[in-house]
Amino acid sequence: MQTNFSQKQLSNERIAEAEAILRRCVHCGLCTATCPTYVLTGDERDSPRGRIYLIKDMLEDSAPASPEVQHHVDRCLSCLSCMSTCPSGVDYMHLVDFAREYIEQTGTRPWKERAMRRLLSEVVPHPDRFRFALKLAPLGRPWVKLLRRFGFDQAAALIELAPAVLPPSPKYEGPGVAATEDERRARVIMLAGCAQQVLRPGINDSTIRLLARHGVDVIVAAGAGCCGALTYHLGNEAGAIEFAKRNVDAWWKEIEKDGEPVDAIIVNASGCGTTVKDYGHLLRNEPDYADRAARISELARDVSEFIGKYDLGAPRRWSSLRVAYHSACSLQHGQQIKEVPRELLVKAGFSVVNIPEAHICCGSAGTYNIMQPEISSQLRDRKTKNIKRVKPDVVAAGNIGCITQLSTSLDVPIVHTVELLDWAFGGPVPLGLEGLSKFVSDVPEPTKRRVNDFIHA
Amino acid sequence: MTLSRMPEPDRTVLDRSETIIGELVALLGADGVISREEGRRAFEADALTAYRQPPLAVALPRTTEDVSKLLKYCRQAGVKVVPRGAGTSLCGGATPTADSIVIGTSRMNSVLETDFVNRTITVQTGITNLAITDAVSAEGFFYAPDPSSQLACTLGGNLAMNSGGAHCLKYGVTTNNVLGLKMVLMDGEIVEINGPYLDSGGYDFMALVIGSEGQFGIITEATLKIIPRMPFARPVMLGFSSCEAAGQCVAAIIGSGIIPVAIEYMDKPAIAVAEAFAKAGYPLDVEALLIVEVEGFEDEIERLLRAITDIALNFDPQVIEASTSTEHSERIWKGRKAAFGAMGRISDYYCMDGTIPLARLPEVLSRIGEICAEKRLKVANVFHAGDGNLHPLILFNANDPDEAIRAEQAGAEILKLCVAVGGCLTGEHGVGIEKRDLMDIQFSPSDLAVQMRIKSIFDPHWLLNPGKVFPLPAQELSEQSAADRAA
Repeated sequence: MQTNFSQKQLSNERIAEAEAILRRCVHCGLCTATCPTYVLTGDERDSPRGRIYLIKDMLEDSAPASPEVQHHVDRCLSCLSCMSTCPSGVDYMHLVDFAREYIEQTGTRPWKERAMRRLLSEVVPHPDRFRFALKLAPLGRPWVKLLRRFGFDQAAALIELAPAVLPPSPKYEGPGVAATEDERRARVIMLAGCAQQVLRPGINDSTIRLLARHGVDVIVAAGAGCCGALTYHLGNEAGAIEFAKRNVDAWWKEIEKDGEPVDAIIVNASGCGTTVKDYGHLLRNEPDYADRAARISELARDVSEFIGKYDLGAPRRWSSLRVAYHSACSLQHGQQIKEVPRELLVKAGFSVVNIPEAHICCGSAGTYNIMQPEISSQLRDRKTKNIKRVKPDVVAAGNIGCITQLSTSLDVPIVHTVELLDWAFGGPVPLGLEGLSKFVSDVPEPTKRRVNDFIHA
Repeated sequence: MTLSRMPEPDRTVLDRSETIIGELVALLGADGVISREEGRRAFEADALTAYRQPPLAVALPRTTEDVSKLLKYCRQAGVKVVPRGAGTSLCGGATPTADSIVIGTSRMNSVLETDFVNRTITVQTGITNLAITDAVSAEGFFYAPDPSSQLACTLGGNLAMNSGGAHCLKYGVTTNNVLGLKMVLMDGEIVEINGPYLDSGGYDFMALVIGSEGQFGIITEATLKIIPRMPFARPVMLGFSSCEAAGQCVAAIIGSGIIPVAIEYMDKPAIAVAEAFAKAGYPLDVEALLIVEVEGFEDEIERLLRAITDIALNFDPQVIEASTSTEHSERIWKGRKAAFGAMGRISDYYCMDGTIPLARLPEVLSRIGEICAEKRLKVANVFHAGDGNLHPLILFNANDPDEAIRAEQAGAEILKLCVAVGGCLTGEHGVGIEKRDLMDIQFSPSDLAVQMRIKSIFDPHWLLNPGKVFPLPAQELSEQSAADRAA
């Protein structure tokens, strides 16, 4: 596509980068068809191609973000479905990331929205604050209707998303090493994350248990925390860089330990995985960090990606449970991991069914379900309808965002893929599946017989 | 590019733009109208981005009645209208003018009725081509025309351009797969043409309307044939050391009486980019690749593939490789269908769409290479070889005005060549703006005059899709005489 930037504009490295991305787009329009917001609104400005155009004009004019551009870029889920579709390989992710930051720097927002964005970025990435906030949430529940009437839709959405009962604290909490009882075959760092360990602590527990039971030492590094995705997608790049640096510092200490190589950095929330895999890009202009961040991005693996290359042996339990695998966008589009989680569930003995329209987002998208409640709930209902069509006993997904979003509308339980795997390989029943445990049986252990028993039988 | 000029906008309309936008909002509500500058700019081009002009406003109706209200108003107010589906046209079929309203059908995407016994589906025309097949595939049916942009392009655009696609070799193009239409005329009248049956008697107005490039009215609903899918289909890849050999092979396969579902052609540059995107295992060291697909029951497929490879062996093929699995077939087609877009990985491109008699394929291909070399440009060829529908992609740098002009000149030379060998300007993309000024190469002045008189019957004031299809001076004469008649 033709662009019109002056030499002076192009001397700004960020603009030059955006220009290179824009030049790849040939305006063919294929992306429109798989964009969830365009599918709902039928408005070119809510499609990737339309947003690329709006962003191009905004950058070419060096103009402050107008309310119209801001509105339509805000409505982008960053699900990256367009990147799976785009034949030209347009790097929409980095273009829209840059646009969000540009909008944050130059645009204006009403105070209600600013307050909500501030609240989210100050609370959610910090587990203690987030846990405390979730305890307060039930107090707000009687006021939800009133909040909506006075135009506080986002606050209402936030309160409604909070679980009614907080799950028990995690079994494995804080930094440390879960040493394998088997012969050690690998040593990995696990990102313990932020909101996930509060909302569903079973995910980290299952990851640690499953890996440690199969010859993997799992390290949770001291000082590591939120990956920065949440702040980043709210347009606060500087804040995200701080989070990223903190993790790089914390993980590098483990990586540098003498004679103890780290085989991978395991991420079990795919939204975070997409971001950690992009640390190399995020920190490219930070001289003290760029090289280490690039190395860390190389080491980052989604938990399913790591297990998929790793022999777990035969499962310990078998069942006839019908599992609908929901592909989180950050996994299928962001990281292009599509079939592996499904295959792992099949190998673990579940009968896996495919959800129609699997490429369309469930509307969770980080903080999107709070900031854009209207579109988000339409997408949630659409996804729920598609899931119900295949009549599963349980839904599995690789991202806490999707799990929280869909648990409000599904009438069957939804858990993380790794929780089901852990269960099949000998772990406890995942939270919420107690009712299904009667359909799951232990695989009988073969009785140990000596060679002579066979000969003289 | 600067070769084709767009009509001058009507000042009296521009001066009334605020009133006009107000009226549109009154008809559709604020949610259905886009009027601010940034928003309008997102509609300034379709997939032929060389021509760009933001419209006066964009209207997004949801129903046939909405379209009727809009057209009735526009006719009364003397405002021009540009119909737009998904904006995937490669010939500028949906390029706006400054004094026109874009009517986008993207919100009219419902399936109205499926009838598996009679094998028909009735849909709104803003539905994407692939969504039609998706709506019936669980029952084992599909909608046959499959333009490469079928994921995104709308049925409305397919009807306007009478689009084809890879599988049209066996099943025919759009016009062969439509049974009935509902169309809104410029004065707001809703007319129905034919219906869910074959051949309605009377004049075949449907054949006249399909391919009219949005200049007769806006088609809002259509009843289409759906076809039971064959149990199996398998493509075979045939690689050759020269484009002439591949061209001769195509002619020989068709000449032998076999009708494969598709015969697609890609040359070396196209294979390279398509492989980078789809990882289909295309042979990278051949000069020309044919993808020939056959379908039916397993033994039928075996027999046809054997017959086809026997023919291919006469042309010294370097590679003969049949698809090994369903996934492999999907990847082979994914790469072919995305080849245009994937070209964006290496360059801007200008996509041509001429059709030629098959027997002339080898000489035309080599002449295309010469034409582009003369203009110091590279070319990649991807096309439907089975029906002689060529799509040379002329590669250029859109940020270099001189290269852009040379690309357009080369394109014009290629289309003239197609006509000279007995073919025509456009196979399936339509005339649009791109081929408008070449129409007098193919048609005599009296041919064009007759066509324009037919257009005047449907649209006496020349308000629908301005600046397209007919050479501009002729259009302006017709418009003038329409204005005189009105005065």
